[in-house]
Amino acid sequence: MSGPETETLLYLDGVSVSFDGFKALNELSLIIQAGEMRAIIGPNGAGKTTMMDVVTGKTRPDTGTIYFDGNVDLTKLDEASIAELGIGRKFQKPTVFQHHTVWDNLELALAGRRGTFAALFRREGSSERERIEELLGIIRLGELRDMEAANLSHGQKQWLEIGMLLAQEPKLLLVDEPAAGMTDAETEATADLLKEIAKEKSVVVVEHDMTFVRALGVKVTVLHEGSVLSEGTIDHVSEDPRVIEVYLGR
Amino acid sequence: MIGSFIRNGFDRSAFFVILVLVAAAFVVPALALYTTPASPFHIPGYAIPLMGKYLTYGLLALSVGLIWGYCGILSLGHGAFFALGGYAMGMYLMRQIGTRGVYGDPVLPDFMVFLNWDELPVAWYGFQSFPYAMLMVVLAPGILAFVFGWFAFRSRVTGVYLSIITQAMTFALMLGFFRNNLGFGGNNGLTDFKDILGFNIQAPETRAALFAASALALALAYLICKSIISSRFGKVIVAIRDAESRTRFLGYRVENYKLVVWVLSACMAGIAGALYVPQVGIINPGEFEPANSIEVVIWVAVGGRGLLVGPIVGAIVVNFAKSWFTTGALAPYWLFALGGLFVGVTLFLPKGIMGTLGGGWTALKQRRASAAAEAGVSVTDTDGPDGGRLKTEPAE
Amino acid sequence: MRILIQVVLATVLALAAISGAKAQDADLRDLINGLAVGGYSETEEQIAALAATGDPAVVPVLEALAEGDVYARKSDRMVFIAEKVGSTYTLTDPLTGETVDEVASGAIDKIKVNNRLRRAIRTALGALTLMSPDAGTRRAAAEAIFQSGDPDAIELIDAAIEQEQNPSIAKLMREARAAAVLNSDLSDEEKVAAIEVIKTRSGRDSLSLLIPLTEVEGPVGAAATAAVSAIEGELAMWDAAQNVWYGLSLGSVLLLAAIGLAITFGVMGVINMAHGEMVMIGAYTTFVVQEIIRSNAPWLFDSSLFIAIPLAFLVAGAVGVAIERGVIRFLYGRPLETLLATWGISLILQQAVRTIFGPTNQQVGTPSWMSGSFEIGLLQITYNRLAIIVFALIVFFLLMAFLKRTPFGLQMRAVTQNRQMASAMGIRTPWVDAMTFGLGSGIAGMAGVALSQIDNVSPNLGQSYIIDSFMVVVFGGVGNLWGTLVGAFTLGIANKFLEPYAGAVLGKILVLVFIILFIQKRPRGLFALRGRAIEA
Repeated sequence: MSGPETETLLYLDGVSVSFDGFKALNELSLIIQAGEMRAIIGPNGAGKTTMMDVVTGKTRPDTGTIYFDGNVDLTKLDEASIAELGIGRKFQKPTVFQHHTVWDNLELALAGRRGTFAALFRREGSSERERIEELLGIIRLGELRDMEAANLSHGQKQWLEIGMLLAQEPKLLLVDEPAAGMTDAETEATADLLKEIAKEKSVVVVEHDMTFVRALGVKVTVLHEGSVLSEGTIDHVSEDPRVIEVYLGR
Repeated sequence: MIGSFIRNGFDRSAFFVILVLVAAAFVVPALALYTTPASPFHIPGYAIPLMGKYLTYGLLALSVGLIWGYCGILSLGHGAFFALGGYAMGMYLMRQIGTRGVYGDPVLPDFMVFLNWDELPVAWYGFQSFPYAMLMVVLAPGILAFVFGWFAFRSRVTGVYLSIITQAMTFALMLGFFRNNLGFGGNNGLTDFKDILGFNIQAPETRAALFAASALALALAYLICKSIISSRFGKVIVAIRDAESRTRFLGYRVENYKLVVWVLSACMAGIAGALYVPQVGIINPGEFEPANSIEVVIWVAVGGRGLLVGPIVGAIVVNFAKSWFTTGALAPYWLFALGGLFVGVTLFLPKGIMGTLGGGWTALKQRRASAAAEAGVSVTDTDGPDGGRLKTEPAE
Repeated sequence: MRILIQVVLATVLALAAISGAKAQDADLRDLINGLAVGGYSETEEQIAALAATGDPAVVPVLEALAEGDVYARKSDRMVFIAEKVGSTYTLTDPLTGETVDEVASGAIDKIKVNNRLRRAIRTALGALTLMSPDAGTRRAAAEAIFQSGDPDAIELIDAAIEQEQNPSIAKLMREARAAAVLNSDLSDEEKVAAIEVIKTRSGRDSLSLLIPLTEVEGPVGAAATAAVSAIEGELAMWDAAQNVWYGLSLGSVLLLAAIGLAITFGVMGVINMAHGEMVMIGAYTTFVVQEIIRSNAPWLFDSSLFIAIPLAFLVAGAVGVAIERGVIRFLYGRPLETLLATWGISLILQQAVRTIFGPTNQQVGTPSWMSGSFEIGLLQITYNRLAIIVFALIVFFLLMAFLKRTPFGLQMRAVTQNRQMASAMGIRTPWVDAMTFGLGSGIAGMAGVALSQIDNVSPNLGQSYIIDSFMVVVFGGVGNLWGTLVGAFTLGIANKFLEPYAGAVLGKILVLVFIILFIQKRPRGLFALRGRAIEA
């Protein structure tokens, strides 16, 4: 096995996962460079969500290797350790803490010590408060800081979750269908937000919405039946006959 | 550090609850001891241990309310921790009997003489010492909870699965404690206690003191729980309740948080058991019955599990009703009433008494908050990756 | 031992009577009368003469003679079998068995027997029976000699072995001979060879024959020790088989109780704490059916269970549907609340039954075809347990077929795997829920019919099985009935294997601890569904 390259942030090689005989991932290999933004598309069941699951430690791959940030083997770590390494994840359905306020949601996500003892006795400092204020500005929820997250609109929840992701200060963001259920204006704003974030961090976006992917203007990877079908610019992949067949052939 | 931890939780409602409990700790014994039966404020002597028992149930319910209401862990086996604390106290009380037992053995409790044992089992060593016994009151349930929780939470046993194995845990302990050769009195358990710390356990003053101790223990436990849920720790466990895997992806070690709150809750249950035993005068394996543990859960549900005061109120209300029912002509109908309570509360009063009473206030607050939001409010989408698990519905 | 011989010989006698050859009764009568002539040695000669006739008809008189029940009438020196009734004796003809006379004790003389005579009688009986034309008689006779181990029978049995055509009887005879050899003063080589013969016949009786010999010095002791350990090994195997049988029996009960739980949990994700009460309702249905049959149609009693099974299914199923429609459907998506509410229902149902039928155990009868037992080798198998195992398997496979082959089964499986999708496909999930709940409860009701045959029918019946059933479901995994089958039998057998070593209670505790540890490794059970759907 050849060692991962140094400027590579995320390195997947030959990763397979099967559920009761169904191969969700089939020898998937993928490389994300540091500072890169990548869009991943593919029809239903292509393995997009499973790919995120194996990277974040939710699912263990049957075979294959996953390295992060050079030489950290992700297949041996659990979700919490992977999150602490600097991989943040946004779920397909917006998943925020319903019964916490917007502020508390961000506070919980804020980078810092995660131990139980610290959580019992430490109080938030002024630097943390400033950081939360800053994030509230970025995700445009400053006015709603004391509202319970359950009462936010769908799009607001999506943004809150992105805010929480930023609060974690990850090196890599995995974003699953951020534009789902958003209005056109919201979609556009979300694309801008992600582009802004990608200036500092690596971002992997899984998306169905082609307009949204086009708006991002980044390298695209097409997954099909658990492995990479095509890779390149959006124009390149949308002219690839195999991709057309997968999308239109059925 | 501890100071700020406590100050954090000490708000107006906490002040009120603690005030009531502390006042009860002094006023009730005073009324029982220093008023004549003719006085309208007199509390009869028999009522003191009964009320004391309710308070220990309140503490037990609080321990269940903490993990269920705030961390989403439904334990159907908390009676086991309660009983273990009770047994630790019972063993101390047995050792205090000394030569006053039926067989007059200075070391061995009566039941061991009866079984022809000639040596004290190792598990009983040290229980003549009150501080040691009190340490075991906390350690025995604490260690059991730690071992159980360490296994269960690390392998992510959640939801009904967890509930079922907690039930199996208390069931297994019950079977074990029923056995004579385990060395804890078998079927009959431990009873015939004489005195505690040198005071006659039957004396009105001792009973009053035990009542006061129960009330103060409950007040202290309430304060600690309140401080916990007001800390960031409390926010994390609520986060775990609402979206466990989200919390994990934020980098929190969910199993550690659960384990801490679980062990703490078990220790509280143990203390409740230790206060319960001298007031009722007996501890036997029946306390491990799965049915008992489920009953505790219904106290919590009746009182309301979203609030810390709910379980306490629920325990007192249900047990008062139980005493009232089972002493009168209605005794055969108590199980109907209890069964109906289980069904009725889950169907019609999901937030419990306190949650419903407090609901008006919360609704008002929420409406104000909603008004502040520009966007229209839709609360239908409550599904996260842990969708479909226990939730307290936001007030509409 | 003596009594055993008597019993065996009595059986031989009965068999002999059937195949009895009609010898000249008059000659026989003379020979029998000769028993009363002279002293012990004359009587002994006479016994030999009787034996030499080879006629099984003389067996009863010899038998009675050994017992000391043969008397001679003083008036005519005729010999009869006499039985003391009150102060008089009833005389029975030794050949025909007819009652002939009733006389005072002064009118008859007892024909006395000593030990030597008794042995002679036994030999004579052995000869009569070992060479009988009837195979059953020969077999029983050989068995009798094996039990007595009378060394005097060796010659007799050698002669019999030579004549014997039937290999299995010949084997039995050789074993009988070996037993006799062990009691004789023959050489060590003979005895060692005999031990080898007995070793091939395992069982507790050969063990009790050999164990005393292990004390003996020399080759006999050594051979006996070796043989004892060999037999003990074999017995341990039979014990294990017996444990497996008990385990299968317990497992089938657990399967019946758990299978309904498994499908409701699998389809709806709810734990029905009132499931045990469905079992109880089934058992009480059986009780009521039997009461009605007893008072109205007693001849139907043997089919009472066949009437009770569908009724129990319907009654418990109806209660189940009522619970689902009345309570559970309002708690959909809140499994923990469902658990509490159904617990409440279980309390109500228990108390209702207690109010109607009283708190005590009710008597449920066992139909005649289910009582009794038979043996396979050293394995004792009772018909009622066998019936329950068969019933459990029938229910299991019918249910499997139902789920695989019927449209409802298809809908149910669809809802188990993906509720939203099933709903989107037009499956009426509320209807599936109600029917599933009714089905699960109905099966529990049938389990109650089975349980009424082996357990006390009381309001607490369900409670005693519910935790074990949960364990089966948790262990076996949800969404796959094979898991329930394997889980039930595994836990049943594990329980029964642990019992002899750890005691019933500790065994149960160990099983519970094992399951708690098992869940650590496989949180979703043995046959878990894996994949994305289940994670949601």
